[in-house]
Amino acid sequence: MMPQQASIVRTGAVESGNPLLVLRGVGKSFSNGVVALKDVDLTIKEGDFVSLLGPSGCGKSTALRIIAGLSSPSAGTLGWHKTLGSDGVGFVFQEPTLLPWATVFDNVWLPLRLRGVSREAARPAVMELLERVHLAGFEAAVPRELSGGMKMRVSIARGLVTKPRLLLMDEPFAALDEITRFRLNNDLLELWQDERFTVVFVTHSVFESVFLSNRIVVMAARPGRVFEEFAVDAPYPRDEAFRTSTCYAALCRRASAVLSSAIHSTGGASHDDD
Amino acid sequence: MTTIEQANAALDPEETRRVRAERLERLGRWLLPLAIMLFAIWLWDRVCVWNEIPQYILPRPGVVLATLFKDAPLLFSSLLVTLRITFLSLLLAVVGGVGLAVLFAQSKWVEMSFFPFAVILQVTPIVAVFPLINIYVDNQTAKLLLCAWIVAFFPILSNTTLGLNSVDRNLRDLFKMNGATRWQQLWHLRLPAAMPYFLGGLKIAGGLSLIGAVVAEFVAGASGQSSGLASRIIEAGYRLNAPRLFAALILISVTGILIFLVLSLISHLILRRWHESALKQEH
Ligand SMILES: Nc1ncnc2c1ncn2[C@@H]1O[C@H](COP(=O)(O)OP(=O)(O)O)[C@@H](O)[C@H]1O
Ligand SMILES: [Mg+2]
Repeated sequence: MMPQQASIVRTGAVESGNPLLVLRGVGKSFSNGVVALKDVDLTIKEGDFVSLLGPSGCGKSTALRIIAGLSSPSAGTLGWHKTLGSDGVGFVFQEPTLLPWATVFDNVWLPLRLRGVSREAARPAVMELLERVHLAGFEAAVPRELSGGMKMRVSIARGLVTKPRLLLMDEPFAALDEITRFRLNNDLLELWQDERFTVVFVTHSVFESVFLSNRIVVMAARPGRVFEEFAVDAPYPRDEAFRTSTCYAALCRRASAVLSSAIHSTGGASHDDD
Repeated sequence: MTTIEQANAALDPEETRRVRAERLERLGRWLLPLAIMLFAIWLWDRVCVWNEIPQYILPRPGVVLATLFKDAPLLFSSLLVTLRITFLSLLLAVVGGVGLAVLFAQSKWVEMSFFPFAVILQVTPIVAVFPLINIYVDNQTAKLLLCAWIVAFFPILSNTTLGLNSVDRNLRDLFKMNGATRWQQLWHLRLPAAMPYFLGGLKIAGGLSLIGAVVAEFVAGASGQSSGLASRIIEAGYRLNAPRLFAALILISVTGILIFLVLSLISHLILRRWHESALKQEH
């Protein structure tokens, strides 16, 4: 990477808050011999919007599952900020993953319900969130009556209903059409700026990662690892005008270049292990 | 405004044809089987007349219908006896099938250990097992119930087990991340997810419990201990009372069809808001 490139600077140039989560030397190997992650060092800071960008199979989902506590690392450690554990984490899957038999309200209520919060006690929080994701008036609908984008909004609301400090999103908009995707990108950024939670966002879209994040972690496959990490030096709020700005185009070009060298880099290290 | 536009908009020939074809198909779905049925009955009647077949061999449809009315008190009280066994055994099949499925769902080991027993119970012909039941069970109703239950519970057990295990992996993770207890996961996730599978099993079990009840009565009825529809059929057979035999047979068939229709309706009502198969039926 060229350090004189003004638009993208190495991490550290843009400071966000305290470290919320630190991954140190995290690795994951499966019984079938796949090394999904190797030696991953990653620091997520309070208030960050970090994108994990990489080709499919480079271990993005595995990393997210480890952070969420759904899978345990075979090497390395996860250090949480002392006020936070993996229970202060919200998760949004690639598919909306809603309960098909439950209404929108009940789907958003679910995480609170599992924590013993009654319907009435949960109502204010659920209704407010539904409004925030532009689904006011849809609380009685069931998932199959909603479009793909609306289902994803429900899923985001459900991820946020417990007021998590950290929101993990695994390619949440990958299955949506471009117009819907842009709109959801805008709305997500707006939510993030208002509520100040931290986001780790998995994507394989350069444009999406540049538009959303203040930091991009490019990953490479075989073995899955962090290839390069850089800050996206563009101010928020980012709106539709940002999408057409030359700054955005330049950032995307740079990110594409890094991504393509990540794709073409051969993971020589994996052979040492075998 | 839009509705007026739609109403006035002239349909092109292709659309007109499509609409007509659809309407025809909807009509045909009911009318065709009905017409074939009526034709078959008419043919039955004609065959009896043309070949001068005596009533005790093949009664004419009209005679069967008349017998159905004439013998109604006898036949319907027998039907009630059979229905009682049918519904009780269906109820037990639901309780037993779902109960066992939930037990199996607690651990793969339990399922692996006990599922083969359920299969053995299912594949052994009930007629062959009945003499044993006859020895071990004294109470007449209990005997019949046990028989019908063995025939009916398996589809509910196997379908519900399948449904409980078919939960989306991400949803399972979501519950795990939110610290759901085993009970919460069962109640809020696995049981509702198993509902369409259970209802599919229930539809099959409804028919099977009637068959089980009738077969059990047949086997028990051979010793003259039963008063259900099956024993009316055996009795009529001994006396060469073909019209009553046919009437009882028709009664059983109609009962079976009604049970199936009612269970289908229940299933449709429960699933119509969310499940895909119910969605398709609407169109
Ligand atoms: N449970 C598993 N067992 C075996 N291999 C797995 C498992 N989960 C993921 N993998 C493998 O690990 C690699 C990384 O997977 P994943 O994290 O899903 O990648 P990504 O999300 O970046 O596409 C892939 O090669 C995948 O086949
Ligand atoms: Mg993935």
